[in-house]
Amino acid sequence: MKIAVCIKQVPGTSQVEIDPVTGVLKRDGVESKMNPYDLYALETALRFKQEYDAEITVITMGPPQAQAVIKEAFMMGVDHGFLLSDRRFGGADVLATSYTLAQGIRAAGEFDLIICGKQTTDGDTAQVGAELAEFLNIPHVTSVCKINGISDNKITMLLDMPLHQETAAVSFPCLITVEKGIFEPRLPSYKLKLATADKPITVLTLDQMPDTDPAHYGLNGSPTQVKRIFPPESTNTHEMWNGEADELSRRLFHYLEDNKYLQQLR
Amino acid sequence: MPHIEIHQEKAVNKKELASLCPFGAIEIINDRLAINAACRMCRLCIKKGGGVFEYVEENTVPGVDKSQWKGIAVVAEIEEGNIHPVTFELIGKAGELAKKVNYPVYALMIGSGIRNQAEILLEYGADEVFVYDQEELQHFRIEPYTAVLEDFIRNVRPSSVLVGGTPTGRSLAPRAAARFRTGLTADCTKLDISPETDLDQIRPAYGGNIMAHINTPRHRPQFATVRYKIFSIPAKTTPHGKIHDCKLDPSKLCSGIEILNVAEKNQETGIEEAEVLVVAGRGIKKPEDLQMLQELADLLGGRLASTRAVIEAGWLDARCQIGLSGRTVKPKLLITCGVSGAIQFVAGMNSAEKIIAINTDENAPIFNVAHIGIKGDLYKIIPELIQQIKTARAEA
Repeated sequence: MKIAVCIKQVPGTSQVEIDPVTGVLKRDGVESKMNPYDLYALETALRFKQEYDAEITVITMGPPQAQAVIKEAFMMGVDHGFLLSDRRFGGADVLATSYTLAQGIRAAGEFDLIICGKQTTDGDTAQVGAELAEFLNIPHVTSVCKINGISDNKITMLLDMPLHQETAAVSFPCLITVEKGIFEPRLPSYKLKLATADKPITVLTLDQMPDTDPAHYGLNGSPTQVKRIFPPESTNTHEMWNGEADELSRRLFHYLEDNKYLQQLR
Repeated sequence: MPHIEIHQEKAVNKKELASLCPFGAIEIINDRLAINAACRMCRLCIKKGGGVFEYVEENTVPGVDKSQWKGIAVVAEIEEGNIHPVTFELIGKAGELAKKVNYPVYALMIGSGIRNQAEILLEYGADEVFVYDQEELQHFRIEPYTAVLEDFIRNVRPSSVLVGGTPTGRSLAPRAAARFRTGLTADCTKLDISPETDLDQIRPAYGGNIMAHINTPRHRPQFATVRYKIFSIPAKTTPHGKIHDCKLDPSKLCSGIEILNVAEKNQETGIEEAEVLVVAGRGIKKPEDLQMLQELADLLGGRLASTRAVIEAGWLDARCQIGLSGRTVKPKLLITCGVSGAIQFVAGMNSAEKIIAINTDENAPIFNVAHIGIKGDLYKIIPELIQQIKTARAEA
């Protein structure tokens, strides 16, 4: 069985702030790391490696320094790594990112299963998995919280929905996005770090993709445009309410009602 | 193709210019500035680079003919056979947007045995409801649902498609957006529409510390997802719209997914998972009084939690304790009742989105972290609050 896992390098902190005066992003100590949600996708794949003798490939799109997350994946036991890197991939939105990943996966080979994390901590859209599945023309399921097993070319899983849990069987090839906590991610191993120190990473540029039309990648292939970025208005002010108990309780009731805290129960 | 052009001759302090980019996309190669693949086109360098960086938009590809795409469509979210209220919120917002550009509001219903609820969507202001009520659509499975949404879009040609930011909506919207090779903006917190019918989409980025304003200027339809409780449910009106019964050939509703079982969820979760917490502190006089706070928590769909004092008295299970020696919580709403606000407690809850504190002592440190501090007696305020919520629910 062949499995591909999509991973991403993200800023080390999600606490990127914007200076309200100058409008410049403050980037104190912004180091890079692997998107934490991807660790669960990787761990899921690595369990299959143990149980079903699967071969695992990781794919990431990013600048040359994104090789670091592939090396980290090697230290966990991943077999192959592909980095999709090209200046022309820059400025990609969800659509262009998904398309580039789909092209990269096609270039990397054929896979039975593609596993993605729930979302990234920087883009935070949780939509790349579904778009990627569409471009690969394979079924996908999201919110996978437990793997029941693989048999007859099908994977059976538990999906965590808001009000219930569904057991679903999906035929290969397919794409799944896994929830945080599906498995406890392993730590990189020092032994594997030494063993994989010289393990090659395949770098693919736009010219090595099945589709070499630059209009489909990066900013050109992105239907959405960021018009501007700005600091959020602070909605949290501090206020003190004084008065008689019945007046205070009425005021609190209206506050809860106006701010939709009372809609909880349906 | 739009890109950033670098005027090397104007670059004086290259290091400083390179540090402008929050994504590290500006490199210095052979003493020349260059932009690498990490560029997100946020254009901060253009704004702050003193003319060194220039945004060039040459031979722009002509976009779609926007006049061929009309109306704001809402994809109704069906959860366990009922319409999820996020649908009403979206119809309300769609109505506001549609009014500005003189568009109709469409609603799309996908499911099985749901036709009888189509009328409700008209009551909330939909002009036309399209219902695909077919056996094959009993469970949310991505291929048939996308096929239906595709069929609807091809026939109706809406300018914008709004989808609830629920697990199924966040699966369906991107899949359909990719099929139409168009833009999708996830988890919008504000929506407006320009006279050119472009959606002005505002969403938080980077952990919510930055807001991004996003457009889909040259593609249709424009997809946006919005989470539950971002917009308000509009008032019901006399239905004026019409319902279209649609059908897709069952051969187009095949799926590689088989739903084998749907099980009730074990709702037993920790206080860390709760969206609303009511917290009991030392101001609670006896264990029976916790019942009152539990009732409030139930009415708000939340959980009862406490400070260390209440746990040590043996009145509540230790799993309910907030603080350094207990759990760290981050609910949407946290109401403290008779909690003084010791530092070890505050450390476990100060990142809650909204903190309301009730205490008789106006000097209690909890008022320093509370967004709303209420100086008063919880034994008077809480019972009255409970009564008002119950009355309002009974009337609804």
